Amino acid sequence: MKLYDAASVCRSKNAGPFQVTVDLMFPDKESYQRVLSSPAFCVEKIGELYHTSSEKIQIKPFERILTIKVVLPRSASSGSRLDSDVYGSQQHFPLGALEI
Amino acid sequence: MKKQSIRYLSLCGLLGYGYSLSSLTNALQEDLDFVGVDAGSTDPGPYYLGSGKGFVKRLQVKRDLELILPEIKKRNIPLIIGSAGGSGAAPHVQSVLDIISEIAKEKSLEFKTIIIYSDLSKAFLHQAAQGHIFPCGGAPEFVPGDVDSLSNPVAQFGTDPIIEALAKNPDVIVAGRCCDTAVFASYPIAHGFDPGLALHAAKIAECGALCARPVGANDSLVVEIGDGFFTVEPPNEARVCSPESVAAHSLYEQPDPNCFYEPEGKIDLSACTFEQIAPRKVKVTGSKLIPADKATTKLEGAKRIGFRALTIAGLRDPAAIAHLDEIESNVRQSVAESANFIKEGEYTLRFLRYGVDAVIGKNEPAVTLPNEVGLVIEAIAPTQEKADALIGLARSKALHQSFPGRKATAGNLAFPFSPSDFSGGEVYEFALYHLTDLPLSFNVEEMVIK
Repeated sequence: MKLYDAASVCRSKNAGPFQVTVDLMFPDKESYQRVLSSPAFCVEKIGELYHTSSEKIQIKPFERILTIKVVLPRSASSGSRLDSDVYGSQQHFPLGALEI
Repeated sequence: MKKQSIRYLSLCGLLGYGYSLSSLTNALQEDLDFVGVDAGSTDPGPYYLGSGKGFVKRLQVKRDLELILPEIKKRNIPLIIGSAGGSGAAPHVQSVLDIISEIAKEKSLEFKTIIIYSDLSKAFLHQAAQGHIFPCGGAPEFVPGDVDSLSNPVAQFGTDPIIEALAKNPDVIVAGRCCDTAVFASYPIAHGFDPGLALHAAKIAECGALCARPVGANDSLVVEIGDGFFTVEPPNEARVCSPESVAAHSLYEQPDPNCFYEPEGKIDLSACTFEQIAPRKVKVTGSKLIPADKATTKLEGAKRIGFRALTIAGLRDPAAIAHLDEIESNVRQSVAESANFIKEGEYTLRFLRYGVDAVIGKNEPAVTLPNEVGLVIEAIAPTQEKADALIGLARSKALHQSFPGRKATAGNLAFPFSPSDFSGGEVYEFALYHLTDLPLSFNVEEMVIK
């Protein structure tokens, strides 16, 4: 199953001009746990998808509201010469396509 | 005597984004201690800070202010505007003062106004660059050589300057760049309420009704803060706050849902409780401030890197779409040969291929070519004239560029507009998004706007 299909909310947004966070919210504890325990859902794999080193990625689970937050570095700061998404609101892919 | 509780209104998520008139009417049914509105964001990118312009238009800001200004005057309560004009530097602050003055004249009102400026001097920045500027939020190390090329550098102040301004009983506080939380936490802190609760409530309030369902960044929120708790309730009866919706708000635009950082310290949310106490109202307890060991202040600044020009076109021919890489590299080469007015290395050309990989670039996993591709070609150069000339060259070369198997020999591009090319103006990037541990003072001005 793709992460995008397992989540009820899958969105990205700037957290300041140099980072983007992806919020993944789940409809039930089961799907939340399934993603967290999936071996594919790890900083190494996400680093590969986003062409960045795994040390720059953080995964933050927030069980109370069945949400996982993924913090990613931006390859270009918001609005700079090489940026193509000033608000960072379409960077939840390729993560959304991850098979879990 | 300490007040039992403080009740305030957050007008909307961003000044100028609008709020419904009925929200305001409902919120004003009961007594309010103050009204606040945040106007700032770095989300729209570095252009607005660098250029001194607002990302919300004057008429939008005027609409939002002209409804509330007579009301705060009538009730003798303050209105606090944070990060005025969007980025909170002097030109942005001035734009808001001009609007208040226009409203004051039109409505024959006068407002005792305190203005808090956030602008940083180059002298301060040169001093800070000697080991007192540290990266935050994933920013790279600061380049001290950038100090002189920064436009509108500002510091983001916390609650202290607003608390001082409140002591002078103004009608309006126009704050330059400040923390979103300072707009809403200053008044309760000044009246002796718990700063952890005040800052957490402020963090929610600054987004207007974003913590309600349906979400409404463009609508109001009423907050009440008492001894050991605060409550949030949208005055718009079509919206509801629930424990989940309020808890989920702590995820928004911040890297850690269990805590956030402000100049006052770390606000720990891990022991928070959220309780539905009325059909649309949620009570929150347990937010704690862990004061910072060492005070730091966030600095922001943008530097101009050139001027932009661009052209927009579409492609439908399958052979042209299949040869986009080749078309691009040949166009780059011919532009470099023809542009005798600029050296290579002084400009950049970019091809954004919408439908292929423009949005996430190299992170796009598997590309299957679509029937149509949208192409934006962008040039950035040291002057507008040169950027315009570069895009003129790139556009004509891309239109006529040959490639193997070309059948549509009359032209590769469908232009939706005449003129096909656009001058995009100045281009900025964030060069300063860092912390300093040096103490700062902020210029304060008092005036009566009438």
